[in-house]
Amino acid sequence: MLSVLSTIPNDLLGAAYYIAKRYAPLFLYGAKNTLTIALTATVFGLLIGLGVGILRSLPESVYDSSLKRWTTRTIRFLTSIYVEVFRGTPMMVQAIFIYYAFLPLFKESKLFAGIVIVSINTGAYMAEIVRAGIQSLDKGQNEAARSIGMNNFQTMVYIILPQAIKNAFPAIGNEFVVNIKDTSVLNVIGVTELYFQSVSVAGINYRYTDTFFVTAMIYLTLTYSTTLILKAIEKKMNLSGFDGPSSTTTPLNIGHYKASKETQ
Amino acid sequence: MIIQINQLIKRFHQNEVLKGVSLSVNSGEVISIIGSSGSGKSTLLRCINLLESYEGGSIHFHGKDILDSIQGINAYRARVGMIFQSFNLFSHMSVLDNCVIGQTKVLGKNKKEAIALALTTLEKVGLRDFAERSVMTLSGGQKQRVAIARTLCMEPEVLLFDEPTSALDPEMVGEVLSVIKALAKEHRTMIIVTHEMSFAKDVSDRVLFMDQGVILEEGTPDALFNHPSKARTQEFLSRFREN
Repeated sequence: MLSVLSTIPNDLLGAAYYIAKRYAPLFLYGAKNTLTIALTATVFGLLIGLGVGILRSLPESVYDSSLKRWTTRTIRFLTSIYVEVFRGTPMMVQAIFIYYAFLPLFKESKLFAGIVIVSINTGAYMAEIVRAGIQSLDKGQNEAARSIGMNNFQTMVYIILPQAIKNAFPAIGNEFVVNIKDTSVLNVIGVTELYFQSVSVAGINYRYTDTFFVTAMIYLTLTYSTTLILKAIEKKMNLSGFDGPSSTTTPLNIGHYKASKETQ
Repeated sequence: MIIQINQLIKRFHQNEVLKGVSLSVNSGEVISIIGSSGSGKSTLLRCINLLESYEGGSIHFHGKDILDSIQGINAYRARVGMIFQSFNLFSHMSVLDNCVIGQTKVLGKNKKEAIALALTTLEKVGLRDFAERSVMTLSGGQKQRVAIARTLCMEPEVLLFDEPTSALDPEMVGEVLSVIKALAKEHRTMIIVTHEMSFAKDVSDRVLFMDQGVILEEGTPDALFNHPSKARTQEFLSRFREN
């Protein structure tokens, strides 16, 4: 043990290189779990967010029956509780609460527990992102769809969502990057993600600064490469032709009568 | 008679925008509604399409109250087309898809049939060659012509135009008006809210002057524009003549 410690170089970079090399399997295992949880939970979080975000954006019409209106309001109330609770409490607290509350469910796999916790947490943020994306659209898009006879569902699926998701894409991608970092709180329930593994490594060699320098570099590599990939996708989406809401022109009538008279 | 509006009342909170408007529209009739901003003309049109709810009165379509329609409000809306001031084209779609989606999703037509009608209709508004283009790349006048084509593809019985040229650059007004004129010649049932007086005079069978939430005066284009009987109508029209 002592011999190991004495062979670690004393300068930061030298020590980091040594530690990274020597404990590579541990780091890689942690990084793999971190990425697995972050990616899976972002996808499931987006699905939850889409569902909740759409429910929260359900329009209320005076032509709805009172039962339908009561249902809409109840759904809105319940979903807002979900969103506020999970955005308003630390994920570390949520992790412990959910893990121990449903312990039998998670006996088999802590990784599964991690995915569930981060998904539910992300879902709350995604719901707000989706809702903001829907609200940012010109209301004319909705009116045009309704005026050709589309119902609420068709309007949402064919007209509103494709545009809302495109507009919200940067924010959705950002949640992925945030999740790569925030999975570190899952160490409180013993998920073997990158932070947990780093603590283990530092526990062996007692070189906290050097070890966590390596950890930071791995996180940075993961987040930065993710950011680059997301940017590339974003660019491709913008090139493919569609772009934000179309109808934002403010009408100004001044001079039109005269001008059109001339054109006739 | 295709549409019958009876004592329609619309309030936005305390503000009464329509104060008992009654109007009968015959099949094949072209009606223009003129009046100053805030007179309620756009609101009336939006009520007919049920984009706005109303607090009193009724609207009958082919003799049936539109709120009691068995197939529902959506089926009614598909039969009454609306063209908006700000076009409201589906901006994530191509020109063709804008004209196809309503046919396939609402009317349940097959795609081939829908595309065929869309192309014929685009031809009619002079934009056949633009079918594959993204709507984002079009000028205002082209956008509005696509919007008209999108509505026509639904084969509606009534066309509602809500200030179709007000958001356009002056040099693009003409191309849109000539498309609408051509539709008027086909004796389609149309209600047009407009500030284009000479156009209204040209195409309409009947012109309504709205003021402060009521139809103050109505008549043939000749009667209303050349011999308005109400002082308020004369004042409104004189302001346009000064231009």
